[in-house]
Amino acid sequence: MDFTLKIWRQEDANAQGSMKEYKVTDISAETSFLEMLDVLNQNLIEKGEDVISFDNDCREGVCGTCSLYINGEAHGPKKLVTTCQLYMRSFKDGQTIYVEPFRANSFPVVKDLVVDRSAFERIQQAGGYVSFNAGGAPDANAIPIAKEDAADAFDAAECIGCGACVATCKNSSAMLFVSAKVSQFAYLPQGRVEATERVLNMVNQMDNEGFGNCTNTGACEVECPKGISLENIARLNREFLKANVVPK
Amino acid sequence: MNKFLTSSIGRKIVMSLTGFFLIIFLIVHLSINLSLFWGPNAFNEASEFMATNGVIQVMQYILAAGFILHIIQGISLELKNRSARSIKYVVNKPSENSTFASRNMIYTGILVLLFLILHLWDFFVQLKFVGIGNLTDYELVTNRFSSPLFTAIYVIAFVLLGIHLSHGFQSAFQSTGANYNKYKKCLKYTGIAFSILIAVGFSAIALYFSFIN
Repeated sequence: MDFTLKIWRQEDANAQGSMKEYKVTDISAETSFLEMLDVLNQNLIEKGEDVISFDNDCREGVCGTCSLYINGEAHGPKKLVTTCQLYMRSFKDGQTIYVEPFRANSFPVVKDLVVDRSAFERIQQAGGYVSFNAGGAPDANAIPIAKEDAADAFDAAECIGCGACVATCKNSSAMLFVSAKVSQFAYLPQGRVEATERVLNMVNQMDNEGFGNCTNTGACEVECPKGISLENIARLNREFLKANVVPK
Repeated sequence: MNKFLTSSIGRKIVMSLTGFFLIIFLIVHLSINLSLFWGPNAFNEASEFMATNGVIQVMQYILAAGFILHIIQGISLELKNRSARSIKYVVNKPSENSTFASRNMIYTGILVLLFLILHLWDFFVQLKFVGIGNLTDYELVTNRFSSPLFTAIYVIAFVLLGIHLSHGFQSAFQSTGANYNKYKKCLKYTGIAFSILIAVGFSAIALYFSFIN
């Protein structure tokens, strides 16, 4: 398969970027999107040109490192996959593909397609954890947890923090991410202990990072590679309301 | 509490609570207007009640406050949201993942606001301040709809209001946290049904009196 790629090139955080056109040829349909970029980069190296920087790590859809806004959608046109799980068979032979970095002022471009998503790390550090005194392993069934609660907590915990929600949202809101992180603990008794501080601190940090506000368009849920449900945002709102209204 | 009201979620909750309040107002307003179909006496009586009842007089000010809060908060949130992304995408496909109504709340909202100003001038200001001479309230309303242009503007505004509500209704439940997967579909379809009821209900009145004139 042959493709025309229009890729965002930007020297560094302060440079002015622009879209540059590249051609790739003889790409097999089973090539992943990132492998296709590897092929392009190999061509650029052979020509002595600067390679295109893009984030990647596990390449099996669990680390949340790969990003990219491909043809107007986060992680490309296929639903429930990250860019590393997107294969070139999802495109037509000869198609022009636009590749842009995730856009949000809270995710500044570092170089080309690489963006700084450390804002998510700071939100996590503000409350996305449970505190306990490490010691001997506790008895496995000391705290009974209903199966459905465990399952819902796990569904929320599937969030890989890739930032597709922010990139997709017309408001650059991080609420799906924050709601998943709050929800995964909200379901579990171990998480309830610090629930009030967690939601207050994480929302406060989210606001300080300059993310936009959720207007419930639901775009994040559709584009999330892990299918994190919008119901988590409703839960985040409930948790936040409760933390503010109910005295401790 | 201060921090709550200025936080992102706190502001969403203010939008949704004022939204709920305005939804209730629309139900009351439509109910009163439907009395136009019962003839002059019924509408004039309803209108007289609204103009003189003590509770309604107090509610007027609360309603105005609700409108102002919803409008100011909505515009301010929109400006904040826009400033969160300085560089736009070259290619973006929002229609792949969200509805037209949800993405254009600010535009439908502003157009409904412009209509509201026109509407207040047409009826509220005339009744309260200018005076309508020998006309009854019923005649004031029915005479206005003799103009096709006037009717057209009103019907377009009702459709825009319907579009605004089709997202606003379910969004208000989501923002206050009163949305669960179990009720999601129910809230969505109730919202759409309510939007259609409001748009069709008000439009029917405008069109009916336009045609019989």
